[in-house]
Amino acid sequence: MTEPVFSIRNLFVEYATRDGDVVAVDDVSLDIRKGEILGLVGESGCGKTTLGKAMLRMIQPPGRISGGEMWFGGRDLMTLTEREMQTLRGRRLSMVFQDPMTSLNPLEKIVDHIVETVMTHEPGVTEAAARDRAKDLATRLGILENRIDDYPHQFSGGMRQRVMIALALALNADVVIADEPTTALDVIVEAQFLDLLRELRDEFNLTIVIITHNIGVVAEVADRVAVMYAGRMAEVGEVGEFFGDTRHPYSQGLLKSVPNIDMAEQHLYTMTGSPPSLLRPPPACRFHPRCPHAMVCCTTEQPRFAEVGSDHSAACWLYLEHPNKHPLERVDA
Amino acid sequence: MPDPTMPLLKVTGLRKWFPVQRGFLANLLNRGRQEHVRAVDGVSFEIRRNEVLGLAGESGSGKSTVGRLVLRLLEPTEGTVELDGIDLASLDREELRKTRRRMQVVFQDPLASLNPRMTVGEAIGHPAEIHIPSLSPAERKARVLEILRAVGMTPPEFFYDKFPHQISGGQRQRIVIARALITRPDLIVADEPIAMADVSVQALLLELMAALRDEFQLTYLFITHDLATAKYICDRIAIMYLGEIVEIGTVDEVFNHPTHPYTQALMSAVPVPDPRHRRTAPLPRGEIPNPINPPSGCRFHPRCPIAQEGICDVAHPELRTVTGSSEQLAACHLRTGDYQHLDPEKQSDRR
Repeated sequence: MTEPVFSIRNLFVEYATRDGDVVAVDDVSLDIRKGEILGLVGESGCGKTTLGKAMLRMIQPPGRISGGEMWFGGRDLMTLTEREMQTLRGRRLSMVFQDPMTSLNPLEKIVDHIVETVMTHEPGVTEAAARDRAKDLATRLGILENRIDDYPHQFSGGMRQRVMIALALALNADVVIADEPTTALDVIVEAQFLDLLRELRDEFNLTIVIITHNIGVVAEVADRVAVMYAGRMAEVGEVGEFFGDTRHPYSQGLLKSVPNIDMAEQHLYTMTGSPPSLLRPPPACRFHPRCPHAMVCCTTEQPRFAEVGSDHSAACWLYLEHPNKHPLERVDA
Repeated sequence: MPDPTMPLLKVTGLRKWFPVQRGFLANLLNRGRQEHVRAVDGVSFEIRRNEVLGLAGESGSGKSTVGRLVLRLLEPTEGTVELDGIDLASLDREELRKTRRRMQVVFQDPLASLNPRMTVGEAIGHPAEIHIPSLSPAERKARVLEILRAVGMTPPEFFYDKFPHQISGGQRQRIVIARALITRPDLIVADEPIAMADVSVQALLLELMAALRDEFQLTYLFITHDLATAKYICDRIAIMYLGEIVEIGTVDEVFNHPTHPYTQALMSAVPVPDPRHRRTAPLPRGEIPNPINPPSGCRFHPRCPIAQEGICDVAHPELRTVTGSSEQLAACHLRTGDYQHLDPEKQSDRR
């Protein structure tokens, strides 16, 4: 249960823009364990989607993976040829996007999407066998058998998202990366979909990385949480430890500033400022301009990861030794 | 002077049916049977002065259409909208234009709401130019700077000449709010005003809207899909399903004692940032049906965990007072209607 199925080591992803290079993923390391649901959270522009795409080596120019290793199935994906990568993609690693409509062919029946996927990746399978597999899967995912001959536009958002998962499962993918899979869905459909993800994980021992900006979704479905801020990993931990004893000041702020339907708060915590531009990110710890606990060392040196629990670490000087941990004198504008 | 005890906004029996566009051939074969999307189908509510009424529901529930009908950006098929006792339908164009000064709107996407070629100062000053032409340019600028300060854009002189692309998303939404405030409106219709903002910025916008309400004596119709946000900012809340209000009441009543099975399901489905949390109500089956041919009787009955055959699929439930509460109404045969003895979880046990 705890062996990593996918290991990211010191990964860098850069985008060339007119105004200079943007480092969207900056020295990220992360282990994804077999059979877990990992919630990757952060605000827009923090690099979470870029990280997800990088895991499948799907970064398009002007972006590129500029450094690091990604270990999967005993091999570093960075050493594979594009052709080897293609057989892996879809077959063992799969990605589900926020808007399923853009991932489905509007002129093709739902069933044909699944059949085509199976026959492309497993040339030995007959069309009849592929069709049977499609039917089984659709039923398993709560899609009525008489609807698999419908076209994507006849499906609702929640049903389309189920089709996307069916495509990933059709080839028995080991790892599914789901990028904001519920963001376009209404709350009830979202809850149904999250229940389904958990069932699939249990049934197929699937490993799922769910990328989301919604900390509530993470609490609902994830076994572990990884928080990103401005291209870097801020905190990683088991879900109970993370929510019970949140350590990184950014994660703390994020949790406190989200209205919670279960609580009667009179005032919301408000974080100062907004997420930085990655074109000119703040030096050292990127959160220090917004951090209520900022110290001198936070402005001069990027913190390492500190162990803050049995399965919990945070990249913050509060939990590390440094000779210059004096509070920062702020010059307010 | 209008009577201060009278509601600021009164909406009665509001209906908006959109005709369904059909192809030429379908028209030829199927003549005379025009179908309609019943986006809003018989909605009534009041908003008191300086109150925030939330309008919550899933996509397709008709909540945004209600907002547009209130602002008279859409003509209702049926029903009335009264502002301070004046029926908006009775006004001629010039009178309606003058009344619009008192009702402003904040939409979800600030970038789409702002003209990219107008500076912040011009954008905010523009409604004043139209609605308060008596102001001199200098007076207008002074007022814009004052409003900029009120929405937290300080120093205001610094932002006055900026273009929308030069400021952040959260700041853009502040500009949209400032522009809504410049005509000193009574009512603000806010349609998902914080949905586009970053999570860490949403809290700031919500706090700002709450503060402005006190400072400018504002009344909000706050349209949102996010119940946690609604709970935070609203005084009362109306839950919509397929073009109808199924439950309405104070935030305390509706969140602490949700009565309609749909409200219960909706509240229970909201993800809570606490991994120990468990859902309290079962999820309804399936998804919100097509509003062209809504289900008979109670529109929620095909998905309802307590629906009774022969009752819920036949008769349409009216909004009725929830037992033991002062302001809460719900439209359910088994919870507030004539068939409460059939409710598997009796009301008395829940309270």
